[in-house]
Amino acid sequence: MDFLNSIILLTNFIIVPGITYGSQLALGAIGVTLIYGVLRFANFAYGDLMAFGTMIVILVTWILQSKGITFGLLPTALLALPVGILLTIAVSLFFDKTVFEYYRNKKSDPVTFIVVSLGIMFVLNAVVRIIIGPNDINFMDGHKFIMKAREFKQMTGLNEGLALKSTQVITLITTIITCSILFYFLNKTKTGKSMRAYSNNEDLALLSGIDPKKIVLLTWIIVSILATVAGTLYGLDKSFKPFTYFNNLLPIFAATIVGGIGNPLGAFYGGFLIAFSEIGLTYAYKKFFKYIMPEGLEPSTLIQFISTDYKFAISFAILIVVLIFRPNGIFKGKVI
Amino acid sequence: MIKNSDFKICFSVMTVLTILVGLFQSWGIALSMLNLCLISAVMAMGVNIQWGFAGLINFGVMGFLAIGGLATVLISVPPVPEAWSAGGIGILVSGLFLLAVVLSVLIINKRFPNHKYKNYFIFVIIILSIPLLKFIAGPSISKIESINAATSGFLGGANLPIIFSWFVGAILCALVAFVVGKVCLGLRSDYLAISTLLVSGIIITIVKHEEWLSRGVKNVIGLKRPVPYEVDLQNSEWFIKIVEFLNSSKLSKVLDFDERTSLLNQLVISSSGVFVKLCFSLIFLAVVLIILYFFEKALNSPWGRMMRAIRDNEEAAKAMGKNVVKQHLFIFMLGSAIIGFAGAMLVTYDGLFTPSSYQPLRYTFLIWVMVLLGGTGNNYGAILGGFVVWFIWIQSAPFALLVINIFTNHLDETNYIREHLVNSVPYFRYLMMGLGLLLVMRYRPKGLLPEKIIKN
Amino acid sequence: MFFSASNLTGGYGGVNIIEDCSFNVNRGEIVSILGPNGAGKSTAMKAMLGILDLKNGNVVLDGKDITKLKTQERIKLGISFVPQIKNIFTELTVKENLEMGAFLNDTNLSKRLEEMYDLFPIIKEKKDQFAGELSGGQRQQVAIARALMTEPNVLMLDEPTAGVSPVIMTELFEHILNIKKQNIAILMVEQNARQALEISDRGYILVTGKNAYEGKGDYLLNDKEIRKAFLGG
Repeated sequence: MDFLNSIILLTNFIIVPGITYGSQLALGAIGVTLIYGVLRFANFAYGDLMAFGTMIVILVTWILQSKGITFGLLPTALLALPVGILLTIAVSLFFDKTVFEYYRNKKSDPVTFIVVSLGIMFVLNAVVRIIIGPNDINFMDGHKFIMKAREFKQMTGLNEGLALKSTQVITLITTIITCSILFYFLNKTKTGKSMRAYSNNEDLALLSGIDPKKIVLLTWIIVSILATVAGTLYGLDKSFKPFTYFNNLLPIFAATIVGGIGNPLGAFYGGFLIAFSEIGLTYAYKKFFKYIMPEGLEPSTLIQFISTDYKFAISFAILIVVLIFRPNGIFKGKVI
Repeated sequence: MIKNSDFKICFSVMTVLTILVGLFQSWGIALSMLNLCLISAVMAMGVNIQWGFAGLINFGVMGFLAIGGLATVLISVPPVPEAWSAGGIGILVSGLFLLAVVLSVLIINKRFPNHKYKNYFIFVIIILSIPLLKFIAGPSISKIESINAATSGFLGGANLPIIFSWFVGAILCALVAFVVGKVCLGLRSDYLAISTLLVSGIIITIVKHEEWLSRGVKNVIGLKRPVPYEVDLQNSEWFIKIVEFLNSSKLSKVLDFDERTSLLNQLVISSSGVFVKLCFSLIFLAVVLIILYFFEKALNSPWGRMMRAIRDNEEAAKAMGKNVVKQHLFIFMLGSAIIGFAGAMLVTYDGLFTPSSYQPLRYTFLIWVMVLLGGTGNNYGAILGGFVVWFIWIQSAPFALLVINIFTNHLDETNYIREHLVNSVPYFRYLMMGLGLLLVMRYRPKGLLPEKIIKN
Repeated sequence: MFFSASNLTGGYGGVNIIEDCSFNVNRGEIVSILGPNGAGKSTAMKAMLGILDLKNGNVVLDGKDITKLKTQERIKLGISFVPQIKNIFTELTVKENLEMGAFLNDTNLSKRLEEMYDLFPIIKEKKDQFAGELSGGQRQQVAIARALMTEPNVLMLDEPTAGVSPVIMTELFEHILNIKKQNIAILMVEQNARQALEISDRGYILVTGKNAYEGKGDYLLNDKEIRKAFLGG
């Protein structure tokens, strides 16, 4: 019984949140890695692009709600998602046309791209704050829980409850669908393969007749989809606050680098690695050990490796460790 | 130096902006702006020496500013004896422990530079040291934080004049930069950017959450000043005399004695504020000029030429036998020290240390905009950037309000859109910064005052 | 002549690397461009591909002047190029490499793939491996096969045997001779001058960016002066 309790405890506080957060980071990191692989720079505006997409989704959700349209048990935001995606694509393409294209044609160095992306970061930051403000917004509606901790306890008779929020399940399913489509596209379709080819060897791709403009266009479209989906899922699961989205850029970058820059599958795993490390290392295992240790040997401290406040430190530590031991990321090979 | 045209541009822009604000708004506002411009100029020079002269991307500016700010607390605040007696030993022991960990890592790194398992060993040491550190320090920390939690709850500082903290902040930053640089400087430019951004996040977390050290989000207020207090000025004979003398023509027009006294009183009160700010301005100006002098000297020396050579062609510099890693580490420490100095100046000027106010947009990327806009690789450019960007940053809210009012004039005062826009006025400054940066990068990629190419 | 370049002059940043160079090649012919290091051989090839801006000269393919066309447009007309370095997609499988070769025209992809498998048996064996995992000689075969997938009229090879062992070099040259049978015009830049001339119909020798000698392969091979100067005695 105690053993079961301990397993449920870990599932409830580490595994379920880890999978959810990991999915969100993974989607974000794949977007960053695609930009890195195809357009060859670290896009610091990505967090704010996520915030922009989510903001549109929220606005459309509000409009739908005011018209009395909801999505039944599911959050209305899912209905609003396509609009969010379309506008985010439009914004990405707008910035590509007005800003990035110029530097691409000039073949500027990556640092210039980073600096320019800072400019876009400022602009998007302002746009989001001007339109929707800097405050926390909760836009989750529909059915909140698939299973409540109390119900689980009653059902199983265990001490520990297992709560399952619908956002967690939605996150997982959406991630599975999105990633399956994306990886099918990249590995099985001609266009997807040409994107990988362009990322791997630009000059040879040009010599093979691959049109760089199409690849760039496609990349921004995919990236915008991923950013909006990841942002919306994160916002549904937690809440929407522009500054949090900027901060999420840090674990997303860490996941990208850990997975090997330009490698979407690596970024996917990297997202989960960062998420589980963050949650696993900041969880206080006191209760867990209470269950599995014999009586009298229970720990008196929290058994927490590091306080939750220091979750950045975990991303940083993983990043540095990976860069020192395996500078090309832990999943080498296949750049997208 | 005076002959330099950049110098003239820089300081005439500064004078004109200050005078304009002084005439159109008020001299108090003008001097506050000038002071923050001067502090920004110091920050920008710090970033510029790293980026403009060595090509190192440091996105951890915010972290170093916060360390400088922390230094003001550690130096100037009186110590809290109860806290020291409750947990001082524990903190000292854990400090020594931390030092031992850092030293052992450094020693291992030096003694076994090529050992197969060196990195793994270091990794294990660090992993083990974190819970140990918590174990050693934990009880003392909770004791310290529980003593007068509402008003103190921290160890306090050394009760020294605050001006020392500027140098201590610089030294602390140099030390942190040494550790960070050892780990990160070998990385590619984009990795360095991301790593330093993460480091600054960690530093902010430390000052925010380690309450025994910095009071965290509870803030430290009422810091000392290197200049007189307004109240003291208002009561000192000499100051009143000066104000009387300066305003003698105005005062002589008022015939009634009581009226004249009350006018003089008002003038003394308002002048005291201006005077205090003026004192700050003089100190800050002196700092800017001193740093400028040394940086200009250094950069026109053989060392400066070597740094530019390394920046422009690292491989060639390596091939010529220059120790690039060492030079990069040095310049990273130097730049971070200057940033820390500025961070201490800023907190001193504000008179309070508020860890939760540190945000990357304002304290890292805004400084970067200053450098990029002013002129990468040119000290005068950094100073000019500090001025212009801070000026825009401050003035964009009133400007945006004006524009909004012009465009929404036809709408009702309580119109939703108008009200919403007016409430969002503070965020238009981000928009201005972003657009400014994008425009400069496009049409003047070397900044307003480009780097002078020195030919030998 | 099927593919010809005449009076090419151009270079980088105002300095002319090639001056007044002319080359031509017919279908079913192998033509080598030889010469000492820095003679401008690769630059000449880039000029014919349209990667280099020309100050003077023109390039004609099958009677059509293509001097003004961009590289990608020339490729569409059937010119295929194998660069000296970075000539495969290391992170794609061998088969995917070939598919990328057929990016512009994949109407009879499977037939083309079979042809390549016949031409280069090793490719069939390794088709599902990442190209980056192959040996130097195998990589060169993948690179050439990728270029052939477009069904080109002209195949341009930039030092196809650079950095491979003599045995592999012989093997690669044999492959190139086989390709010639498909009625393709082959133009290659080579360092291994003698071996290249042995399989070439004609050759050009470039010196400091100018045509120095040209002629049939055996003529160049047998000329004493040329042998002494360029072919190592």
